[in-house]
This record gives sequence, structure tokens and C-alpha cells, in this order.
Amino acid sequence: MQKLLKNQRLFNIVVPLFSILLGILVGAIIMLISGYDPVSGYEALFNGMFGSPKSIGEMIRAASPLILAGLAVGFAFKTGLFNIGVEGQLLVGWLAAVYVGYTLDLPAIIHVPVSILAAAIAGGIWGMIPGFLKARFKVHEVIVTIMLNYIALYSTADIIKRYLYAGNEKSFPIKESASLASTFLADMTEGSRLHWGIVVAILVAIIMWFILEKTTTGYELKAVGYNQHASMYAGMNVQKNIVLSMTISGAFAGIAGSMDALGTFQNMTVMSAFTGTGFDGIAVALLGSNNPFGIILAALLFGGLTTAAPQMNFNANVPQELVDVIIALIIFFVAASYLIRYILTRFSKEGK
Amino acid sequence: MEYVIEMNNIRKEFPGIVANDNITLQVKKGEIHALLGENGAGKSTLMNVLFGLYQPEKGEIKVNGQPVKITDPNVANRLGIGMVHQHFMLVHNFTVTENIILGSEPTKGGKINIKDAAKKVEELSKRYGLSVDPYAKIEDISVGMQQRVEILKTLYRGAEILIFDEPTAVLTPQEIKELIQIMGKLVAEGKSIILITHKLKEIMEVCDRCTVIRKGKGIGTVEVSETDPDQLAALMVGREVHFKVDKKEAQPTDVVLEVKDLVVIDSRNIPVVEGLNLEVKAGEILGIAGVDGNGQTELIEGITGLRKIKSGSVKINGKETAHLSSRKITETGVGHIPEDRHKHGLVLDYTIGENMVLQTYYQKPYSNSGVLSYNKIYEKAKSLIEEYDVRTPSEFTPARALSGGNQQKGIIAREVDRSPSLLIASQPTRGLDVGAIEFIHSKLVEERDKGRAVLLVSFELDEVMNLSDRIAVIYEGKIVAIVDPKETSEQELGLLMAGGKKESVGVS
Ligand SMILES: Nc1ncnc2c1ncn2[C@@H]1O[C@H](COP(=O)(O)OP(=O)(O)OP(=O)(O)O)[C@@H](O)[C@H]1O
Ligand SMILES: [Mg+2]
Repeated sequence: MQKLLKNQRLFNIVVPLFSILLGILVGAIIMLISGYDPVSGYEALFNGMFGSPKSIGEMIRAASPLILAGLAVGFAFKTGLFNIGVEGQLLVGWLAAVYVGYTLDLPAIIHVPVSILAAAIAGGIWGMIPGFLKARFKVHEVIVTIMLNYIALYSTADIIKRYLYAGNEKSFPIKESASLASTFLADMTEGSRLHWGIVVAILVAIIMWFILEKTTTGYELKAVGYNQHASMYAGMNVQKNIVLSMTISGAFAGIAGSMDALGTFQNMTVMSAFTGTGFDGIAVALLGSNNPFGIILAALLFGGLTTAAPQMNFNANVPQELVDVIIALIIFFVAASYLIRYILTRFSKEGK
Repeated sequence: MEYVIEMNNIRKEFPGIVANDNITLQVKKGEIHALLGENGAGKSTLMNVLFGLYQPEKGEIKVNGQPVKITDPNVANRLGIGMVHQHFMLVHNFTVTENIILGSEPTKGGKINIKDAAKKVEELSKRYGLSVDPYAKIEDISVGMQQRVEILKTLYRGAEILIFDEPTAVLTPQEIKELIQIMGKLVAEGKSIILITHKLKEIMEVCDRCTVIRKGKGIGTVEVSETDPDQLAALMVGREVHFKVDKKEAQPTDVVLEVKDLVVIDSRNIPVVEGLNLEVKAGEILGIAGVDGNGQTELIEGITGLRKIKSGSVKINGKETAHLSSRKITETGVGHIPEDRHKHGLVLDYTIGENMVLQTYYQKPYSNSGVLSYNKIYEKAKSLIEEYDVRTPSEFTPARALSGGNQQKGIIAREVDRSPSLLIASQPTRGLDVGAIEFIHSKLVEERDKGRAVLLVSFELDEVMNLSDRIAVIYEGKIVAIVDPKETSEQELGLLMAGGKKESVGVS
């Protein structure tokens, strides 16, 4: 145990696992207190996640945009920036994908990538703005990204109403050729809405890992995040790197939007409130220790919890809100990882 | 048997290294006890154990004869142990008093009582001759003053035993004199002091006893009155050390660096380099001597492109570089050992290997069309670590985990290895042990003999006198005299640095 604690990398795995465990434990206590049976509750939750091919398919489907949102947050974070604007970047990406998917007429092999690219560009621009303001005028990115979330929410709604409105608070649907939906995947999972988006998400995770760990660009981005003075000394362009980091992060978020646009919904609703995916991305990144592969696992868990929540309600009578509480507890325990680190250290000392 | 502190057989391990291996340290009441050892010998680690920042694997600690367990710094404070770290831990936009009471704020009906605290700070400051203004903001006071705030912080908390980790490394000679006086007052009041320093002169001057450690092991404790610097150096390094640099007569050739009418303004918009002229030739070491704050830092930052130049010209190998980016300037053949290693010199969260390519990561063979080649990077790092004797468990260790002196050696290795035509060395041996200093000095002379131009900035007059072929005296942003080190004395140099005129020397 002592050895294990010394290893930072292992610790990054142990802490989230321990947090999840604690979250489940405290969740069970709350269920007990409120008069529900935690055993049947968790059984229902588990079945909701893994019980059938369909539920697994739904879990993966729900995870795809979460993975991308988590990657967006994690990428910025690894370079010392806090991108709270994933939600807004996701919305503009969503709209851009729907627009390109609806208006253009292209063969599928081109139409799909072009639509995703449009989402990435839109999200990238939306991320570039706070990056630029930070680099040029030292305005804190958290404030700007929060404001841009609202601007994105209301302007996408307005644009749909003006130019893409199909009635019933919805935009026109995208063309078949731009769709990520797959009968093959749906059949394989016995009727889930699983689409090719998960492949895109995994590809982007690999891209993030590659940029950060293998390229000179990543070396610069991380250096600027750790120590701007030393980066300047080394001849790096600090401003450029801040803008670049926010742009890449925004592009990832934009692609998250295209998951809903081209996969799950095939259109865009006139939103009156945030989707929440962008904010869940923060929790996913945290739980995944900002590591691309950790983020994939964390997003699967979050996706599973969300898709299985109705099951828990239906089979064990546990209200939907309680599932949210358990998710919140897990986030809380991850955020309090210092506390958990402390507890683990204590354990290992006594064990020796 | 009146030891205030006894650390017996302390063992502390880090991944891949035993930092303290069975070390014993006994401090008498009212003495100044020196802790001496090479870079990475384990001095800071031992003191962090005493201050409760690290838990030892083995060994016992006694305070005033009582065995104690120091689980964290609060416990240390309660036991009367205070520590002045080498890198200060102050909140910059807080006042002196606010910093001192931080963490143990005195309250009056739920409100922080600043007035009383400030009064107490003032009293303490008077009593020990610290002359600190309790209401000054940290960002407005000098490094020396900040250090005194750290001292006050420990006194305010009732420290009886004070640990100083390399306090003089960041001070100017004048500030060092004052600190020595302050330490005298502290022991006169019955406090005990543990002092870490690499400067043997200081140990001879102020310490009563000295404990020497080498590579994590205790070598022994000597009475300072019964020893001399040569013996101390031999004890810590394990071989004899030459304090004098041997070098041949310089053979200067072409001008490499030419600075003309340079004006640089500081962060408050005040010109601190005011029409400065300077030339450094290939094959010579030009030393800049001056009291801190006369524009040395800004001059170097101006030349290297880290700070905007207001007017004037800087030519390197005949090429105008005054308004180029730092990257372009580096590429014209400039190496820079920066004054502040944590601010500019290193990305502490990168491994020491990654730091070794901080200036060259984008070039072949360390990367290829934008993709890093970690094999090549760590291969290079490994050979530099060997050549420059950087003591680290491996090239994959984070720079943060290296001892201060070894971080410095890493930076020097990186900059000198590129063999730039102009090598700027700002306080290059700050925090290095005498053995390492000897090695670095010989490296700088070697570069000179290869025909490189070396610009040296140092507050250590010894170093400037020993190493330079010519000395330029900087005063209020101008070079006021150029002297030959063989024909000048420390006294004369001191006078010039204080703004005194000299008739016979030409100003370049
Ligand atoms: N937090 C840490 N993690 C891992 N290794 C460490 C850590 N702190 C110190 N070390 C290692 O322990 C050894 C002793 O370091 P320490 O800082 O005590 O040296 P020092 O005697 O103070 O040297 P210097 O004179 O250079 O300051 C070094 O080899 C260093 O790399
Ligand atoms: Mg040290």
C-alpha cells in the first residue's frame, strides 16, 4: 500500500475508484434513511446499465458527447486554463452540424466529416474568443466563458427560429447522408439508439493524448500552463498558446455538439435551458484525472447512470432525483480527493 | 547535555534515493549551528523533517530532552521551531502584518485585530533590529526585507529554534552583513539557530559548531574555532577544493555583444537602464559588478528579449537584435543562465529531462516535424546529467524534486552545452556548493577559451574578481567604469559600485 501511494499514476486510478465506492455507500445510506431498499435499488441501476445489449448501447450513446465534453475540459485544464464554456461551445457546434447537415447535399462519406468539421470550427471559434481576451487583455477565461454560454444558448435558439424552424420547437432534421445513426449498431444492441459517434469520441481522445504527450505543440501548451515566465524565456509565444489551447478545447466541445446533431436527435431543439452536458464534462474530466482514457471510463459511468436512472425509478421505486444525488456525491468525493488521499495514507500507515 | 534539539539516526527515503541515511544532529541552546553539505546531500530534507513537513522512516527527535513526534508544521510551531525557507511563502498583495498573522489571526469579538498585531510586529522588529514596516505591502519591499518578514513570522509564533535554509543565497553583501547582525541579536536573546549555507566564510564568521553531511550520511560535527575553510571543504566534498580559478591570459578577438545607448524601463515605467554602453568580445569574460537594483536584471532581460527595450541598440555578432523575439535572439547564438531559476529557468512540473531541451525541443533531433522524440531527449539528458554531475535519481524525475543546487546545475548544463557565441550567466553559482562552483567556473573559462563571449553578472565580488578578464561597474543604469581585476581591489570596486568616480579609467 505504501508503495502504491508513492506511485502518482496508480494514485490517479485509486482515488476515483475510491470516490465512486464512497458515493455508492453514502447513496445506500440515504436510500435506507428515506425508506428505499438499496439492494434492489442498486440492482435496478446495474441492470439499467448492463442488463441488456440495449441498455449497454444506450449507455455508450449517452457517453459519447460526455467523453468529448470531458476531453474539452481536460485539454484546457492540462494547459492551465479553466474552460467553463464547454456548454456554449457544444451548442454552437450542434447548430453548425445541423445547418451543414441540413443544407448541403453530399455523399455520406464526405457529408458526415464535413458536418463534424463545421461543429469543430464553430466550437473552436467560440473557444477562441475567451482565449483571445485572456491572452490580449488578461480577462479571466471563466468569466468570459460563462457569459458566452448564455450568448450561445439564446442566439442558437433565435437562429433556429429564424432560419431553420420546422415547427414544434424543432429545427429541420439533417439529411440522411449526414447522419451518424447506424442500423447495424442499433440491431446489434437490440434497438438502442447507439450511433457511430462513439468512434469519433475515441478518435478525439487519441488525438488529445497525441497532441499533449507527443508533439512540440503539446510540450509548449503544457509549459505555458505550468510556468509562463519559463515559457517566455524558452522563446514560446505565450499568447498564441493560450488562444490555441482554448480553440482546440472549444473544437472538442463543438464535436460533442455534433454527436447530438448527427447521432441521437438528428436535429436541434429550441433550447430554453442548458443541456448540462458541458457542465457534466467538468465532472467527467475531474473523475478521469484529465487523462483521455480516464475520461472515456468516467463518461461511460456518467452516461450509464443517466440512462439507468429511469430503471431505478421504475423497478425499485427510487426517485430519479436520488440518482442525481449519487452522481453528485461521487463528484463531491472526487473533488475532495485530498480528503481521500489523507484517509488512504492513514490506512496504509496503520496497516504497516 | 543541554541540547535544545536532538535528531538521532534520522532516515528519510524518496523514490529511488535515500536522502537522509542515519543522520544525527545535536544543537546546543544559544548556538548558531551550521549544516554543511554538497548539493543534494540532504540538508533541506533533514530540516523539513525537523519542521514536520516530512515524516522520517526511522530515528527519533528530542526537543529540550523530550522525545517528540513532529507530524506537521503546526506541531513544530508549538514546540518553538520556526523555519525560514529558501523560497519564501508570502502572499504578495498582503501587508507585512497580514502575512505574519496569516493562519493564526488574533480576533476580537470575531473581527481580526490588525492593530494589536501590527504593534506586536513593530515591537519584535525593534527588539531584533529588523526595521520592518508592519504596514508595507510585500510586493513593494526587497527580497532582503521579505526574508525579514519570514523571520518575524517565526518570532511572532514564539520560535526559540530558528532554521535558516540558505538565507544568504538571495541577499546582497550588505544585506548579508545585516542578517549576520540580526542572527547575533537572536542568539544573544537565548534563541538557537540552525544555518544552512554553502559559503564557508559565513560559517567561519558566525557559527559555533558545524555538522557536515555527504551524500545523505552524517560525517561528523566540528567546532568552528578549531577548523578552517579548507578542512570544511575537504570534509564535505571528500577531496581538496581549489578556491582560486586557474586560467590563462584572455585572448579577446571580435566584438560579439555591442550595446549602445540602451534604455530599458522597469514595471513601474521608470528607466532603470539609462543609456548604457557595453562591449563583450569573443574569448573574454566580462563581469558586471554593482549593487543590486542598479539595472543589472533589466539589462539582461533587455538583451535577451524578455523585456521591451525603450531605445538604443543591441548587436550580437554584428546583427541588430534589439527588437527581436527571445526565440530569435536565442537562435542568433545566445545562452542565458537566468537569475531566478524557479521563475525563468525551469518548468518545475516537467521532468529534469524535459527541462534539458527547453530551448531546443522544437529542433532536430529532439523532434521531427512537430513530433517529439523522447528517446533522443532522454538520451541527451542522461549524458548532460552525467557530465555536469547533476544528482538526481534519474532523468525522469520531476525538476521540482531535485535539490536547489542540482536544479541550478541542470540549467547550466542546458545553456553551456549549446556552446552559444554569447553566454550570459546571471548569478550562475547561486546556491551551489564549493565543489560545484569550482566545476562551473572551470566550464565558463573553458567556453571563453573556445572563443565564446561570456557576460557574467554576480553579487559575489569574489566571483567577479576571480573569473572576469574585465570588470564593468554598473551604477544607476550606466556603466561607470571598466577595470582590470588584476589592478583593482575589493575596496576600490566597492567605492565605484557606490557611485564614486575614478579618474584614470576610461569609460567605454
Ligand atoms: N520531494 C522530493 N521528492 C523526491 N526526491 C526528493 C524530494 N526532495 C528532495 N529529494 C531528493 O533528496 C535529495 C536531497 O535533497 P535536499 O533538497 O535535501 O538537498 P540539499 O542538501 O538541500 O541540497 P542543496 O544544497 O542543493 O539545496 C536529492 O537527491 C533530491 O533529489
Ligand atoms: Mg537545499
